[in-house]
Amino acid sequence: MEIDPLIFRLSIFILSIFVGYYVVWSVTPSLHTPLMSVTNAISSVIIVGAIIAGLSGNSNSIFNTSSIFGFLAIALAAINIFGGFLVTQRMLAMYKKKKKDK
Amino acid sequence: MISANLSAIFYLISGVLFILALRGLSSPETSRQGNLFGILGMIIAVTVTFLSIGNFSTGFIFVLIFILLGGSIGAFIAYRIPMTAMPELVAGFHSLVGLAAVFVAISAFLNPEAFNLGTKGNINLGSLIEMSIGAAVGAITFSGSIIAFLKLQGLMSGSPIVFKGQHPLNAIILISIVILIYLLCSSQSSNLFWILLAVSFLIGFLLIIPIGGADMPVVISMLNSYSGWAAAGIGFTLENTALIITGALVGSSGAILSYIMCKGMNRSFFNVILGGFGATDNNSSSSNKEQRPVKSGNADDAAFLMKNASSVIIVPGYGMAVAQAQHALREMVDTLKKNDIKVSYAIHPVAGRMPGHMNVLLAEANVPYDEVFELEEINNDFANADVAFVIGANDVTNPVAKTDPQSPIYGMPVLDVEKCKSVLFVKRSLSPGYAGIDNDLFYKENTLMLFADAKKMTEDITKNL
Repeated sequence: MEIDPLIFRLSIFILSIFVGYYVVWSVTPSLHTPLMSVTNAISSVIIVGAIIAGLSGNSNSIFNTSSIFGFLAIALAAINIFGGFLVTQRMLAMYKKKKKDK
Repeated sequence: MISANLSAIFYLISGVLFILALRGLSSPETSRQGNLFGILGMIIAVTVTFLSIGNFSTGFIFVLIFILLGGSIGAFIAYRIPMTAMPELVAGFHSLVGLAAVFVAISAFLNPEAFNLGTKGNINLGSLIEMSIGAAVGAITFSGSIIAFLKLQGLMSGSPIVFKGQHPLNAIILISIVILIYLLCSSQSSNLFWILLAVSFLIGFLLIIPIGGADMPVVISMLNSYSGWAAAGIGFTLENTALIITGALVGSSGAILSYIMCKGMNRSFFNVILGGFGATDNNSSSSNKEQRPVKSGNADDAAFLMKNASSVIIVPGYGMAVAQAQHALREMVDTLKKNDIKVSYAIHPVAGRMPGHMNVLLAEANVPYDEVFELEEINNDFANADVAFVIGANDVTNPVAKTDPQSPIYGMPVLDVEKCKSVLFVKRSLSPGYAGIDNDLFYKENTLMLFADAKKMTEDITKNL
């Protein structure tokens, strides 16, 4: 008997929750703000769905109701991706160790 | 055009890179590399999507235009945002993830053929369930984050908004969402889909308005978690591994942060979510508000105390962020260090408006991160320190949490500031903190209150050192 592909995806999902659980507990509390901004950036990988939606129109009409929602979602997700990664980068660049010269 | 199997493998790779991005945050040294892994994962995911569609028509140009449009807005915000506004920014970003999830779900509902989910009016049952859950959670994330954003930005009062019948109303709405999803899946009616979205937006607003400003660390973490679950829901619909992995990671990350924040306040998650904290405790605060003597001093006194100390512990809180005092504070500490005084910083888990808020501000002011300590690491040191300098923190230093079982904050872990030989407490007035209770610390023998704006006071002390 074939296993439903949904079960495979569910397995990936459950295992990822556990991976996330252990990985996030190992994040140092001083980096919790960058953690939030970077999780925000990566959850915008939802842009892959938005791209499919945006390209769902045919060559005669690029814009239909469905693809317009797709394009809007692309813009929103892109704000998050660029904003999220760049602001994380900016924050992480500020974390410095004590200077030795003293 | 690449095969579905190949693209699935690439999505898996980008999911693994995202895991490594979070793993990097275990220490500041590896964190920058981790962020690069995250960026690489994103580039792979987007490129593979283009390749798997393989339809480089005019639509493709519009995709690029919208990516550039959103990307430049995002980049502009990322470079311009002051570090003190980070909680608002994160709340705003969460709302965008939520809305994007809603839009993708709408698009898939209107045009299921493009996603291989069946035909309009006859969408595969499994996909429709996943899609409607993703859309509902996305809508809740969106409207909830908007309220959180408005509260943090000060465009809306930070005090809880409570009304009669609030909890029963919310419960009815939540139950009706479940019923709507059931009806939608059995009838495929598009009207029900729009009603589901509207009701989900509504419950997002209603869930966040009763939660007060100081509980925002929990709310932001919770919305962070929701945005992850919304992404995962859409990931199931699109059968996309990268989205499922990321959604699970972000979902559990936000959940853990909420748990840490709740523990930092010794409150249960439901207690925070049901809201109204600070609004309902008015009786207890008015009853024990007798006038007690306090000692107050000026910058000169504070400078004198610190000059004669050999070790100083700084306790920053939200007030420091409001007054933008982090740079002035670091200048003061530099002067102290020149006089061979040992300085360290003590951060309470819920100091500020989001997890890690104080750490970022101190990092911005060039405070080395190995001088900054968490509550458990430093709490025993207060007994040996000469001066504790409390700047903008209040409830997290209140000894009542250890002594008075009647107090609403009893049992909350607090910094043992009162054990220091002397305590300098910078504050505008004697008003109580968000919990609406008096801080016993104000009236201790060894406490000197410095009534002033945090930034101005810190600068004045530096001049007097």
